[in-house]
Order: sequence, then C-alpha cells, then structure tokens
Amino acid sequence: MAPYASDDNTTAGEVDEQRSGRRKAARYVVPVTVMGVAAATIGLVPALADSGDPDLPKITAQQLIEKIAKSDVQQLSGTVKITTDLGLPDLGGLESSLMSGAASPDKGGSSADPTSKLTELASGTHTLRVAADGPDKQKLSLLENAAEYSIVHNGKDVWGYDSKSNEVYHGTASDSPTHDEQQPPATPKDFAEEALKAVDDTTSVTVDGTARVADRDAYRLVIKPKQSGSTVGAVTVAVDAKTGMPLKFTLTPASGGAAVVDAGFTQVSFAEPAASTFDFTPPKGAKVTEEKAAEKKAFDKKAFDKKAFGKAEKSPERAPKSEEDLGKGLDGMKTIGEGWNAIATFDTGGEGMPSGEAGGDLGGFVNSLGDKVTGKFGSGTVFSTRLVNALMTDDGKVYVGMVTKDALVKAANAGN
Amino acid sequence: MSRAEAAGTVRPVSPLWTFGLLRSELTTTFRRWRTLALLAVLAGVPVLVGIAVKIETGDGSSPGGGGGGPAFISQITNNGLFLVFTALAATLPFFLPMAIGVVAGDSIAGEANAGTLRYLLVAPAGRSRLLLTKYATVVIFCLAATLVVAVSALTVGALLFPLGDLTTISGTQISFAEGLGRALLIALVVAASLIGVAALGLFVSTLTGSGIAAMATTVGLLITVQILDQIPQLHALQPYFFSHYWLSFADLMREPVYWDDLAKNLGLQALYAGVFGSAAWARFTAKDITA
Repeated sequence: MAPYASDDNTTAGEVDEQRSGRRKAARYVVPVTVMGVAAATIGLVPALADSGDPDLPKITAQQLIEKIAKSDVQQLSGTVKITTDLGLPDLGGLESSLMSGAASPDKGGSSADPTSKLTELASGTHTLRVAADGPDKQKLSLLENAAEYSIVHNGKDVWGYDSKSNEVYHGTASDSPTHDEQQPPATPKDFAEEALKAVDDTTSVTVDGTARVADRDAYRLVIKPKQSGSTVGAVTVAVDAKTGMPLKFTLTPASGGAAVVDAGFTQVSFAEPAASTFDFTPPKGAKVTEEKAAEKKAFDKKAFDKKAFGKAEKSPERAPKSEEDLGKGLDGMKTIGEGWNAIATFDTGGEGMPSGEAGGDLGGFVNSLGDKVTGKFGSGTVFSTRLVNALMTDDGKVYVGMVTKDALVKAANAGN
Repeated sequence: MSRAEAAGTVRPVSPLWTFGLLRSELTTTFRRWRTLALLAVLAGVPVLVGIAVKIETGDGSSPGGGGGGPAFISQITNNGLFLVFTALAATLPFFLPMAIGVVAGDSIAGEANAGTLRYLLVAPAGRSRLLLTKYATVVIFCLAATLVVAVSALTVGALLFPLGDLTTISGTQISFAEGLGRALLIALVVAASLIGVAALGLFVSTLTGSGIAAMATTVGLLITVQILDQIPQLHALQPYFFSHYWLSFADLMREPVYWDDLAKNLGLQALYAGVFGSAAWARFTAKDITA
C-alpha cells in the first residue's frame, strides 16, 4: 500500500506504523493456530481414541488357552502389521543378497517364489493383508511400495504373484509352500500357536488384564519362561474375547527394549471376504514359474533350512523340534537343558571359524561380528542377536540357544 | 486506515467478480509460454517412457528386469493403461512439483517483479481475494498438469500397447472401465498431493519481490525435502514431509484399496495448504507493495 504510506505527516505516520506493525504480527497468529490445532489433533486424537482397557469377565489362563484351541475362525480378512527386530547387524543390501542367495540355490529362481519373498519378513516393519474363507481359500499379501506380493491359495492351486516384476509362481496345494509347516509364521495366530506349543512346566502362563486390538476387545495372555538364563523376556498374546482368535503377538527380550517380534492386526473383520479375492489368473505376459519336481526337491531343502532358521530365530518354542530337524542333517547333535533354556550343540569337526563355509571374503567379516570369550572349554567366539546366541569354540563345537552368553559358556564348560 | 476502508467500499460488488478475476488469472497463466513449455515437457515424459519400454521389449523381454525402474513399469507391455500409473509415478517426485513450484513461486513475486502487482491491487478486489484467486489458479494448474501427464500417457499407451482388463497389484482382475475410473481417481489424488507444494510456493512468493528467487527457493525446498526423506536417521520427522506419502496413490491399485496412507497424504496436504496458505495471507495482506 505504497500510495498511503508515503505523504502523511511524520508523527501520525509513526503511530500508524506501530499500530499496523502490531496488526501485521497479529495476522501470523492464524498460521500458528492452524499448526497448533493440527499438532494437538495429531497428539490428542490417538489418546482420546484409546478409551482404556475394556471391561471383560474374568477368565483363567487355562480357560483362555482352551478358548484359543476351540477358536474356529474360518472367514476373516484384515491387515497385520509385523515388526521384527532380531538385532541382526544391519547389513543392508549384503544381507538381502545373502538371504536371497541362501533361499534360491538354483539361479533363475522366480522372484515370485514364496520362500525368497517371505524371508524379507525377518527384519523391519511390514504390512500384510490376510484373507481366509475356509481351509481351501487363503490369501496373504505383503504390501510394498507401489507393489504387492501375494500368495493365493484356492483349492489345489497356489499362486505367488509379485506385482513389481510381474512374475508368477505356481504350485499345487498338497505340498505347497503356503502349507502350514513350510511357511514362516506371519500372522499373530501362527505365532500364538507356536508359543502355546511350548507351554510346559518350565513356563508360567497368566492372564494379564485386557486390551483393545484392532477395535476389538481382547484378553492379554502372558507367557513367561520360569527359568533364568533365557533371552526371552515374555510373550504376550492378545486374544479376541469373542472368537478366541489371537489378534496380537509380542515377544519381548529379557534384555528389555523394543519387542523382537511384534505382529498384530490393525484392522480385522470376520465377515466373508469377496470371492474374487481368491481368484487368480496370471496376468497377460507375466512370467510364470511352475513348481517343478527338481525344484521341489531344492525347495524342500530350502524349507528345511528355513525351518531350522525360522524356528531357532523366530519362534523359540519350536527349538526342541528344530533340533530334530537339525539332527537329521548334522550327526552328533545334542541338546543340553530343557524348555526355554535348551541349548543345541554339535561338533562341526573342523576348524572353529566358519570362514570356509561362509566364503573366503566373508570369513573375516563374520569374525568381526562375534565377541571372543574364554572359559574352561578353551576359547571361542560368541555371535549374538537379541534373541539367539551362538558360541563357536575354537575346536569346532557349536552351542546355540535362546539363552544368555553366560549360559552358553556354562554349557560349554560343562560339556568339556 | 487504508485497506479496511477500501475493502469496505468494495464489498457490495458482485461476487461474480471473483470469477472474473479467476478467469483473467487463468488466461494469463495458461497463455504464458513458460506454462505451455512446462506442460509440453510433462506431456513428453510418458512419450519417452512409452517409447523406451517399447524399444526395450521389442525382443520380447520384460521391462524393468528384476523390478527396477518406476512403479508399474513391468506391466506396461501387457496393458497400456499402466503407462498412466508409471508416468505419474515417474513425474510425481520431481517434474510435477517443479512445474508447480515455478507457477506458484511466480504467482505473486512475478507480478511484483514485473511491476504489475500494484495495478492488480488498484482493482477493487482486496488482497485476500487476490491471494485466494492466485492460489486457486495454482491448484487448477496442479490438476491441469496432472491431467496432461495422464492423458498423454493414456494416448501413448493406447497407441503402443494393447488395452484391456487389468490385474491389480493384489493379483485380482478388474475391467478396463474400472481401470480407467481408478486412473482418473489416481490423477485426482496426484493433483491433490501437489496442493501442499502449491501453498508453500505461494508463501515463498509473498516473501520476495523477485519471481526467479521465489521459484528457485520453492524448487530448492522441494529437492531438500526429497533428499531429507531418504535419510534414515530422520525417520521420526519424515511423516511430516509433504512428499513423504506421495507415492501412496499406488495404493488405489490394490484390491481392496488400502486407505491408510492415502488418508495420511491428503490430510498432510490439507495441513500444508492450511499453514502455508494462511502464512501467505498473513504476509501478503500486511506487506508494503513497492512494485
């Protein structure tokens, strides 16, 4: 407003300037208010929406476990958020190349192969969508940036579809990779079932109040190892009060900090999903990889590797069983201890360090990840994650378990 | 004294005046060679992508190899409609917001630079209304720019590749008509994703009297934010960057549509529009216009 600001007399102008200066500043209240309201909304709405823990009739742990066992949810669809933090060193690209290398022994493996894809779940945060309609129709989708990886099981067909590379993997249901045993656990239900398998006299199971998960009322079942020395702090399962379906699974390490595995529904519906959800026809021009007999064999081996890995790393409770699996592959496999503190031990019979196995270049690198320990058994290297620790002695013995470093050393000492 | 009195005498003027102002703003903006050149560049991107994919797949190989390149690129050869999504995914991170930055940055500062701003203010429209009109023009430009990309991509896609039923990224099939509907919806979401940058550009534009400085600042901010969005250490801040959820438009191609990130994106854009729009208003209505 230059024309007005110019020719007034000085005093009036000064007063004016002061007043208009204040008025100018006052205008900035508007954007600041908008920002403040937004910040308050972001901060307060979740707090307000969290209406506290629901009031539910008391229930004993035994009843709750029975409820889970009886739970027969055939139809559901929902979104699962899964966060895994195993405390593996962040190797970035190297890790994924190692993973995919391990997962597809024969080059030219399809990127739509379920095994290679689900390995990604081992670290980071992922969003999954699940849908099920009876035992013959299931769908599991891994949501990626502008892409999605889906496994569709419909009748005898199992399809894996990777939208990013437009590749399709086709198998049959009888020995399909989605078949329960071969698929790493992904939904809270899978995890909870594994956790409940481990319930024995070394475990305390309690009901610890209630919670609200995915807009549903749920009981919190807490599973804790009774013995000390385990790296597992507690396993918490939120169980839907109505259907008995596990809605959220959290595994916290004894060392504290963030959960190692946290898998929970963010949204769930028990209505029948649309039939078209389970229809899959390979898109035109997509590269379809058929599950071949030869590949199947390789795949079985993969699945075996995965089982060992998946069980040891992800679901502690499977450890005793995974030893059986491992035992098949490695002679001289022994288990020390029981329950949560079980330690698997075997003799590689060779040099202590895995430099040969892990490939020349990696040898030194792998070494740098471990900590040197010494004890009555001699000396060795401990590789630790937040859940699983492994001790490899210099004379080639390996001790693996979900126990603390000290417990491993003690076991090694006792073993000598 | 000045403004309130002037505005007071103006109020009885027909509200249609605003539309007259908007119309004249729109003609000025869209008649500029600069604007037309920007739109031409945007229209050229899908042509380039389409031809590149056509040449690359001439021997029957699939594009994008192991899933590299912009989103959806591997599906283009099977369905030309996917070129729309690929083109939008390719232009959204940089070309589109840059064009918006140029137009928004120029809106006030350009007038001031050319010495025409005071003449605009002589017209009895009021500063708030002028600013609103300027912002509306930029938002309409957002929509126009997005639609130019989409239509150009659809044309190129239809010419070079087959059309037909398409597979969503969730693996389900939808009809071509529904695919077109989703393409339109995606174009609208992409356009809406840009209103945050538009408001930011408008605010910057009220700060300076130089059009070039405003454009450079807006585009510079855009690049800075895009870079910061890639730094993992800033993880906690990133959800508040205007560009963070831009690519969520791809969620419209899931079946069922995954709304979470889309809603976050639109909310964030509205927040940016609110904060920087009102900041621009606070600055512009209190500013001494010297040029």
